[in-house]
Amino acid sequence: MVVGERKPFEEIMKMLEGHKKVMVLGCGGCVTVCLTGGQDAVRVLSSQIRMARDKDGNPIEIIEKTVERQCDPEYVDQVQEIVPDVDAVLSMACGAGVQFMAERYTKTPLYPALNTTFVGGSVKEGYYVERCQTCGECKLAYTGGICPIARCSKSLLNGPCGGSTKGKCEIDPNVDCGWQLILDRLRDLDQMDRYEQILEIADWRTSRDGGPRKMIREDFQR
Amino acid sequence: MSGECKTDSRLEKLLRSGKFAVTGECGPPRGADPEVIRKKCALLKDKADAFNITDNQTSVVRMSSISSAVIMMQQGLEPVMQMVCRDRNRIAIQSDILGGAALGIKNMLCLSGDHQKFGDHPQAKNVFDLDSIQLIQTVRRMRDEGKFLGGEEIKGVPRLFIGAAENPFADPFEIRVPRLAKKVAAGVEFIQTQCIFNLKKFGEWMKGVVDRGLHEKVFILGGVTPFKSFGMARYMAKNVPGMDVPDELLQRMKDTPKEQQADEGIKIAVETIQQLKEMPGISGVHIMAIEWEEKVGEIAEKAGLLPRPTV
Amino acid sequence: MEEFEPIIVAFCCHYCAYGAADLAGSMRLNYPTNIRVIRLPCSGKVTPVFILRAFEKGADGVYVAGCMEGDCHFIHGNLVSKPRVLYVKKLLQEVGLEPERVDFFNMSAAMGPRFAEVAREFTERIKQLGPSPLNKKYRKKSDQAA
Repeated sequence: MVVGERKPFEEIMKMLEGHKKVMVLGCGGCVTVCLTGGQDAVRVLSSQIRMARDKDGNPIEIIEKTVERQCDPEYVDQVQEIVPDVDAVLSMACGAGVQFMAERYTKTPLYPALNTTFVGGSVKEGYYVERCQTCGECKLAYTGGICPIARCSKSLLNGPCGGSTKGKCEIDPNVDCGWQLILDRLRDLDQMDRYEQILEIADWRTSRDGGPRKMIREDFQR
Repeated sequence: MSGECKTDSRLEKLLRSGKFAVTGECGPPRGADPEVIRKKCALLKDKADAFNITDNQTSVVRMSSISSAVIMMQQGLEPVMQMVCRDRNRIAIQSDILGGAALGIKNMLCLSGDHQKFGDHPQAKNVFDLDSIQLIQTVRRMRDEGKFLGGEEIKGVPRLFIGAAENPFADPFEIRVPRLAKKVAAGVEFIQTQCIFNLKKFGEWMKGVVDRGLHEKVFILGGVTPFKSFGMARYMAKNVPGMDVPDELLQRMKDTPKEQQADEGIKIAVETIQQLKEMPGISGVHIMAIEWEEKVGEIAEKAGLLPRPTV
Repeated sequence: MEEFEPIIVAFCCHYCAYGAADLAGSMRLNYPTNIRVIRLPCSGKVTPVFILRAFEKGADGVYVAGCMEGDCHFIHGNLVSKPRVLYVKKLLQEVGLEPERVDFFNMSAAMGPRFAEVAREFTERIKQLGPSPLNKKYRKKSDQAA
C-alpha cells in the first residue's frame, strides 16, 4: 500500500487560514489501512481543526466526508455537489488522490493533509515499513525476493558496501542492512552462487527518471 | 600477473614489475586555497608512489578530486583520483573520467561513497546511478573497448589504471572474498583495503583470496592507518562502521602514556606493514594518515620502504 | 464571581469503573457532581474521536477508566485503550489545549473508594487548569469581561 503520514498540525492550520468552510475528505484506500487518511482520521482532524479555530474565536465549518478512493474519477465525482459549496478541500489521500481531486475540481483550492511517504506494508498494526521504490523493473528474482533498491540505503545493486555491521546499515543501527537480508535469504534458498553474478547497470528509464509514467491496458480502452 | 602496462601510470609500472608499492592519501581542503594541497604535497613527496585524492570523503564538501589531483601533479606527485557514485550519475561520471584523463590523471579509484547522512549536507539527494562494481565496469569499458555506456565510440580513450577499495572486516565476512571476486570480474586492477588493525582476521581473508587465486588477478595493497592517540583508536573502534580494532590494540594504546601515544600509534603501523610485507598475495601498502600527512614519511622510513624505487 | 464548576466526562467500562461508581454510591461516598459518567462495554471502545468530540462540545476534562491490567473482560481492551488515550494528549497539545485535560485510569468493580478518589482528584486538577477555551459558558463570560 501507499503509506502516508499526517502533516504537522500547524502546517495544516496555515493552509486553511482565511477559509470559513472546508471539506475534509478522507480516502478509503491505502491511507485508511495505514490509519492516517480514512474516516476515523477525518473525524479526528476535523475535530482538532474546529477546536483550534473555535478557541481563537475564528470558527470554521467543516464537512466531513470519505470516499472509497480518491485516485478514481467515479469516486472523486461523488463529492461534486459538495465542492462548489466549500472554500477549499483538505484531502487526506496520498499525493495521487490529492491530484485527482485537484484535476477534477479546478476552481477550488486543494490542500494535502498528509505527506506521502512510501510504498510498503504493515509489520503489525500501526507499524509500517518501506518495501518498494517503484523502479519499474523488478529485480527481486535475482536477489532472493528482497529489493536492494528499496532496502539498501545506497540502492547498491551489487552490495553490501563496507559499512554493513552485524547485519545493520551504517546509517542507523536500527536499520537492517538490505544486502545482509538478501544474503541470508539466498543462503536459505541455497542460491549463494547468485551473489557472484554482477547485476547489470540499471536502466532507470522505467523509473521516475524516464518522466511521469503510464500503464495502459489496451483491452480496456474504448 | 601480466607485465604489460595499459596506462602510463607509475603505480601500475611498479606493481607490474613486481615492486612492493606504497600509496598515501591526501584530503582536499574545505575551501578554494590551492596552497593547502601544495603544503601537503611537500610533506608527501617521494614518501610514496602515488597518492589518493579523496572525493568529498565522509560526504563533507571539499575541493573536487579532479582539481586537487591537478594541483598535486603540478607539484610532481602522482595522484589516484577517487570517484564516488553518490554524487554523480553516469553522464557526469563518464564526463569526469574524460576530463580527469585529459588533465593527465592516470589512476582512478572506484567507490560507492559514504552515505550523505554522515556529512555536512545530510539533506542532499543521493544519486547511486551506478554502484562501485558497475563503475569499475564503466571505466574498463571506456578504456579497453573505447565505448561509452550508451554504446557510442569514444574519440580519445581515457587511459586510467583502475582501482577499488575492499573492506575485509565488514559483515557478512563470508562474502568478503566473493565480493572481491566480483570486483575482479568487473575488471579492477588494484585494491586498497580498509585500515587493517585485526591482522588475524585480515590473514583469514587473504587466505581466502589466495586460495581462489585472486591475488594473481589483482594487486592488493593493505590499508594502514596510524593512531594519533588512544581517543582516536577508541573512536575508530566504536564509531566508524566496518572498522575492526581488536581490544588488545586498544589496551596497548590505553596503557601508553598520553605524550607517547602518537609514537606508539606509528609503531603499531610500522609493525603492521612489516607483517603485511611477509603475507603472501600482498603487493603493497596504502598508508592513510588522516590529517597527519607529515608522518607518512616517518612510517615508510621505519618500515624500510624508503627510498621509493624509480621506474 | 461564582466558582468554576468544570464539566468532566468519564468514559467508564461496564465491568469495572461503572461498577465501582455504583459501589461508591451504595457506600454513600461523596464525589463531585462534575463527573458525567458514560458507560461503555469496555474501555477499548474509546477512540480518539470520542474524546475529541467531548472536548468540542465543551467538556473541560475527559478521562477513561478501564479494568486493572490483565483483568479485561475482552482480554486486552484496556491495553488497547490506554495508549490511544495518551495519544489524544498529543492531539490536544496540537490544538493548544493542556494535555493534562485527558487521562486514563485502571480500577476494578470492587474499588468504590478509588472511583471517588479519582473523581475528586481529576476534578481538582481541572479546576486548577481552569475552563477549557471551548467551554461556551465560561467563554461568553470572559468575552463579555473583555
